[in-house]
Amino acid sequence: MSTATITPIGAAVRRKEDHRFITGKGRYTDDLDRPGQAYAYFLRSPFAHAAIRGLDIAAAKAMPGVVDILTGADLAADGIGDLICGWMIHSKDGSPMKMGSHPALAKDKVRYVGDHVAVVIAESLNAAKDAAAAIAVDYEELPAVADLAHAREGAQIHDCAPANTAFEWELGDKAATEAAFARAAHVTTIDLVNNRLAPNPMEPRAAIGDYDSGDEAYTLWTTSQNPHVARLVLSAFVGIAPEHKLRVIAPDVGGGFGSKIFIYAEETVCAWASRRVGRPVKWTSDRSEAFLSDAHGRDHRTHAELALDAEGKILGLRVHTRANMGAYLSTFASSIPTYLYATLLSGQYDIPAIYCEVDALYTTTAPVDAYRGAGRPEATFLVERIVEKAARELGQDSAQFRRRNFITAFPHQTPVIMNYDAGDYGAALDKALEFSDYAGFPVRQAEAARRGKLRGIGLSNYIEACGIAPSAAVGSLGAGVGLWESAEVRVNPTGNVEVLTGSHSHGQGHETTFAQLVSARLGIPIEQVSVVHGDTDKVQFGMGTYGSRSGAVGMSAISRALDKVEAKAKKIAAYMLEASEGDIEFKDGRFTVAGTDRSLAFAEVALNAYVAHKFPTSEIEPGLKEGAFYDPTNFTFPAGCHVCELEVDPLTGVTTIVNFTAVDDFGVVINPMIVEGQVHGGIAQGVGQALLEGVVYDADGQLVTGSYMDYTMPRAGDLPAFQVGMTQTRCPSNPLGIKGCGEAGAIAAPAAVINALTQALGTEEVPMPATPARVWEIIQARAARAAAE
Amino acid sequence: MTQAHVSVQTQDSAQARHNASATIAISLTVNGRAVSAVVEPRTLLVQFLREALDLTGTHVGCDTSQCGACVVHLDGEAVKSCTTLAVQADGRAVTTIEGLAQGTTLHPMQEAFREHHGLQCGFCTPGMIMSAVDLVARFGPGLDEPTIRDNLDGNLCRCTGYHNIVRAITAGAQAMGAPRDLAAE
Repeated sequence: MSTATITPIGAAVRRKEDHRFITGKGRYTDDLDRPGQAYAYFLRSPFAHAAIRGLDIAAAKAMPGVVDILTGADLAADGIGDLICGWMIHSKDGSPMKMGSHPALAKDKVRYVGDHVAVVIAESLNAAKDAAAAIAVDYEELPAVADLAHAREGAQIHDCAPANTAFEWELGDKAATEAAFARAAHVTTIDLVNNRLAPNPMEPRAAIGDYDSGDEAYTLWTTSQNPHVARLVLSAFVGIAPEHKLRVIAPDVGGGFGSKIFIYAEETVCAWASRRVGRPVKWTSDRSEAFLSDAHGRDHRTHAELALDAEGKILGLRVHTRANMGAYLSTFASSIPTYLYATLLSGQYDIPAIYCEVDALYTTTAPVDAYRGAGRPEATFLVERIVEKAARELGQDSAQFRRRNFITAFPHQTPVIMNYDAGDYGAALDKALEFSDYAGFPVRQAEAARRGKLRGIGLSNYIEACGIAPSAAVGSLGAGVGLWESAEVRVNPTGNVEVLTGSHSHGQGHETTFAQLVSARLGIPIEQVSVVHGDTDKVQFGMGTYGSRSGAVGMSAISRALDKVEAKAKKIAAYMLEASEGDIEFKDGRFTVAGTDRSLAFAEVALNAYVAHKFPTSEIEPGLKEGAFYDPTNFTFPAGCHVCELEVDPLTGVTTIVNFTAVDDFGVVINPMIVEGQVHGGIAQGVGQALLEGVVYDADGQLVTGSYMDYTMPRAGDLPAFQVGMTQTRCPSNPLGIKGCGEAGAIAAPAAVINALTQALGTEEVPMPATPARVWEIIQARAARAAAE
Repeated sequence: MTQAHVSVQTQDSAQARHNASATIAISLTVNGRAVSAVVEPRTLLVQFLREALDLTGTHVGCDTSQCGACVVHLDGEAVKSCTTLAVQADGRAVTTIEGLAQGTTLHPMQEAFREHHGLQCGFCTPGMIMSAVDLVARFGPGLDEPTIRDNLDGNLCRCTGYHNIVRAITAGAQAMGAPRDLAAE
């Protein structure tokens, strides 16, 4: 292999996985077929809220090609349990959250349009669809509860949750915050809606359940970001099969953005049904089903107040948020508007007192759970909007106002749990202002005005908590799992390496970045390293990929396993070189006796580890394979400054982003090409939230935005080329110094866009998504007011 | 290239009984290979490619002809195979992502997507590359960024923010226009 290369940390190595994707050889779940498979189609509720008074499947079951039709009664008869929410939140009064029953197939009630009523399993998808249409359901329609603002007063959705309230939670020191407001010279208030989003990975969800009656074991192929967690939940809580009789495989997965973390009804049913019908059962979501039933993101209504002294120093922040949970608590739903949200309300600022209340409310809409950023975009949007508004009210420059309030000494304990370990917020701000030519904005604004355009510039100084997460810490906050990561490094006798990781790649490029780390550490060409993930039979256990954790936690586990490989290989090399172990140095892929020219290549030591001729196996076991479970010591805190500059055409309301600058501190970067790609994608989703995207339910709880013709996805023409730069403070909380990069763009961008747009339009009242119609209405209203005056 | 000839049945017997309506015989060329088949009239080209021919590189990302994950070339022009019936391809030539490379030599546009990190999860990528090749055919190898962005409106990507896709198409177009690659096209 003449092109073989050792790939240093920090090199923009081209991706190993790309070849199969650009040649059409990717293997996504829907690309797979099992011999004899049947096809599942879910009959879904057409009503937002209804009691099921009768369910007659007889006629449908007699239709051609139907293998079986299964309902909630069958599920109950087999003792299959409910889907669960794995993070316990306690209300202010100490009571546990009210978790409504969530069966994979409805028992007596449906709670959102798209809720699962029955599954038809047939010889073909068309036959299944035809039969589903012949199922007679007697619904007694109940009032929909579609509006978060009035969810408390709506019809009760779950018997266990009066006033449709899952929990009323608080964080922070209420008395200290009230004292801060009592001495404030100025108070800025803001009311915000963080719009509901549909995650929309381009690959729709899919699942194939395959029960082997010989081994009494199941295999489930599923579009999952965390196959081990899926297996754990399906085994320990839902009761499909014991863990050792359930293999979960997540092959190539076409994007997730959080929405494929969760354990859904469909994969549960496919696994269970494959035993019921004695055949593999395959289900593939179409996009319409994805809009209806993939967990949505965001959906907050927030009132907040910022207390300031006369000079513009922040004294305190008080926040009250209502968070829409949808019809059921999805797998991690309760953690999103609580510990992934309110813990970031200090932003990059030294805020002495913070108090946040969150009311989590049920509505008759699809469940709401993590979507790229998951709570942290909501926090950043709030902090960066209210900070911007405060600066404007005080007549201070936005950048200087922020700088005055920055945290500058680390570690820094915020009043909302988090202990920031490292950062340099001023450095990122300086670089972003330089890149975006912030100082030159007034000239560009005046030039735009001459062309009849309204121009604005907006900052967003975001922070996020990533590298999720220290297990004991999240356990104390209610998490049902630990959030460490595992790795196993298998060195083969010929010196090439397989890395098994509990992280899962669904676009993040782990096959390259992880191999790059191994190549750099062992001094072997990257071509000689394979990364194995996504199969519970291959990888012992792992927690999967979300929360920008795969670098900081997943690669730290690999690093620990590599430490062990190196230590053992040194022992073996010492025997081979007839030297003392302490004299062996390992560098650039060679073991050398210090101060001599006697050395061995890594592959020679690997071979000898397996041949085991030259060391006492009573002292050193043969073989070279080491594993590690790495538990982080803290969250990591990526932070930076994004700057959006845009122009509005007042005649059409169309907003054009003319420049978008991102300066991020992700700590140590393994592969800058991949990291920049993550930033680009995140920005696009953040701009989408700000200008284009929004899930809409009507008053009857019908989903209005149920297709790509109704829900506006960002397209190439909606976005500019991005300017991406970096600053770096090493993360002291993990061995590689990595902070994580996957969510930054989605967290930072909405506030940058809306801060620019509010400036351009001269009003703080700009809702997301700021569509041309809404912007045009704002401009018209302003013109009408001006005319009246 | 040797012309293989395969006959495929796109439906199982139970489905055939259910859909007793007429089936239609079609003959077409797929990636240079002659293919004959009997299909239901409602069979979509993408179903035919994925299910009958096992060419799973062509993806289905939506059900409203918006996302472009299913783009293939029909007689050299980009079409969305989710809104093309298999019978419409009768007597015509289909090229899918699997047929773009010349043996082990990648098409310049495939190479450009790899070189410029124009893909992340890879799901939209086959459609993007097929549309990109079509863009070059329509606008020439020197097409500029605004042209690319405007004319990529039929292809959705959720991962890349399009930044590197646009760079890849720009570079791939230039490579396609370079003299040494003209023959390959």
